[in-house]
Amino acid sequence: MKTLRYLDNVVTLTLNAQKCIGCGACTQVCPHTVLAMQSRKAYILDMNACMECGACANNCPTEALTVTPGVGCASYIIQSWIVGKEKATCGPGCC
Amino acid sequence: MPDSKPACSCTSASSAPATQRPGMDMLPIYRPPAQAEPCCGPPAGPPSDPFEQPGYTLCPFVRDFIPTPSGNVPLIQTALAFRDRLGTIGVRLGLGRSNYKVAPGLYAVGHPDDSAEVLVTANYKLSFDHLRQSLQDIDAWLLVLDTRGINVWCAAGKGTFGTEELVRRIRHTGLSQVVSHRRLILPQLGATGVSALKVKKACGFEVVWGPVRATDLKRFLFAGRSCDASMRRVTFTLVERLVLVPVEITLLGKHLIGALLLIAVLSGIGPHVFSLAAAWQRGIWATAAVVAGIAAGCLLVPALLPWLPARSFALKGLLAGSAVAAVLTIGQWKAPMLTAGAMLSLGMMTVAVSSFLAMNFTGSTPFTSPSGVEKEMRRYIPLQAGAIFVALVLWIASAFF
Repeated sequence: MKTLRYLDNVVTLTLNAQKCIGCGACTQVCPHTVLAMQSRKAYILDMNACMECGACANNCPTEALTVTPGVGCASYIIQSWIVGKEKATCGPGCC
Repeated sequence: MPDSKPACSCTSASSAPATQRPGMDMLPIYRPPAQAEPCCGPPAGPPSDPFEQPGYTLCPFVRDFIPTPSGNVPLIQTALAFRDRLGTIGVRLGLGRSNYKVAPGLYAVGHPDDSAEVLVTANYKLSFDHLRQSLQDIDAWLLVLDTRGINVWCAAGKGTFGTEELVRRIRHTGLSQVVSHRRLILPQLGATGVSALKVKKACGFEVVWGPVRATDLKRFLFAGRSCDASMRRVTFTLVERLVLVPVEITLLGKHLIGALLLIAVLSGIGPHVFSLAAAWQRGIWATAAVVAGIAAGCLLVPALLPWLPARSFALKGLLAGSAVAAVLTIGQWKAPMLTAGAMLSLGMMTVAVSSFLAMNFTGSTPFTSPSGVEKEMRRYIPLQAGAIFVALVLWIASAFF
């Protein structure tokens, strides 16, 4: 995935190092190696590789990680503009 | 029978443990006596399968049933049959993709006992097939969640491959009576929907995150349930990208027919108010421009994704579309059949269509963040719409000059 990079400086991922207890769950579930461990704390190694899937935040025991997860799908976003985020779906043929 | 009314015999094993609900388990297996020769006519067909039950269809990938304290569990084949491969081709083309499922519940591969691993997956048949195919010579239990026929990652994003469904399915199948340990192996991409901590709290099962790809499962198991860095990372290789192309094009379906009808009507407008001959002749040119845009946006962009020198997909589509438009323009330069204005209009159409469809492809990639997609959509949709509008006005105008 080193050759495939998306837009820089857009992602909503945040890490509160004070809340981190160093369990390492986030480094296991991240599919893009965005997070890594150093001296028993997680840190953000590659912020711009984040795709905001939300796996890390969902598995963080202390809510040290936050991210606005979503579906990175154009038809979903168009629908969320028209009918609102609650009612939007990707459509019948989508994933 | 289970209260969820499964459509397939495979789920009958997912009924609650027989000890709790006496008389609710599967009927005893019927073994017909040896058949006598028929008295007349051609010989009779084979007898019905001993595992068949009234009101159920036996799934062709089920080899046998094995008894467990929670009822009979279907033992499935790890090799794909011709019909499975045909099904894979079908859904890759976008046919019947929204209803390609297996019944959720517990399955078995190999000869699992109460210490065998439990592998969790989605009930999209393609996911199920990928998993069982990579389990040759492995003894394991498969816990299939009801993700409404959607793959693990997308279902995790939607929450159907989630903590609640997992805990519910563990209880419903009586898994804790089938295995003596309390450990589940989940695909890593399920982490978006499943919280390991909450599962542990709710039912005592520990979640171990397996590799991203089912093909790495054997390596993961032999390494003592551990992943190396490459097994934890998603990839998006040329083959992985190209396999998505047919579905991208099939999904255009009715939008494409509508767009082509509109174009045919607009192509008929000219000095004679409206001419069917012009709608046909000029319509073919305009259709070619749209098809060129689709080829650029839905085929060239996925194929050349890492090499198109732009980060945003709208720009990648613009580049691919411009290249295709340039080739087509040069191709008919020597014997021009269209005016310069008409050619400019068609080129704009190709580029705008390509740019929009490339942007749409973000939904099929495993690395675009929703924040990024929304950002580029806000910037480029007005430009794409503007380009289409100008192109159509120019196209109508070019019929008069």
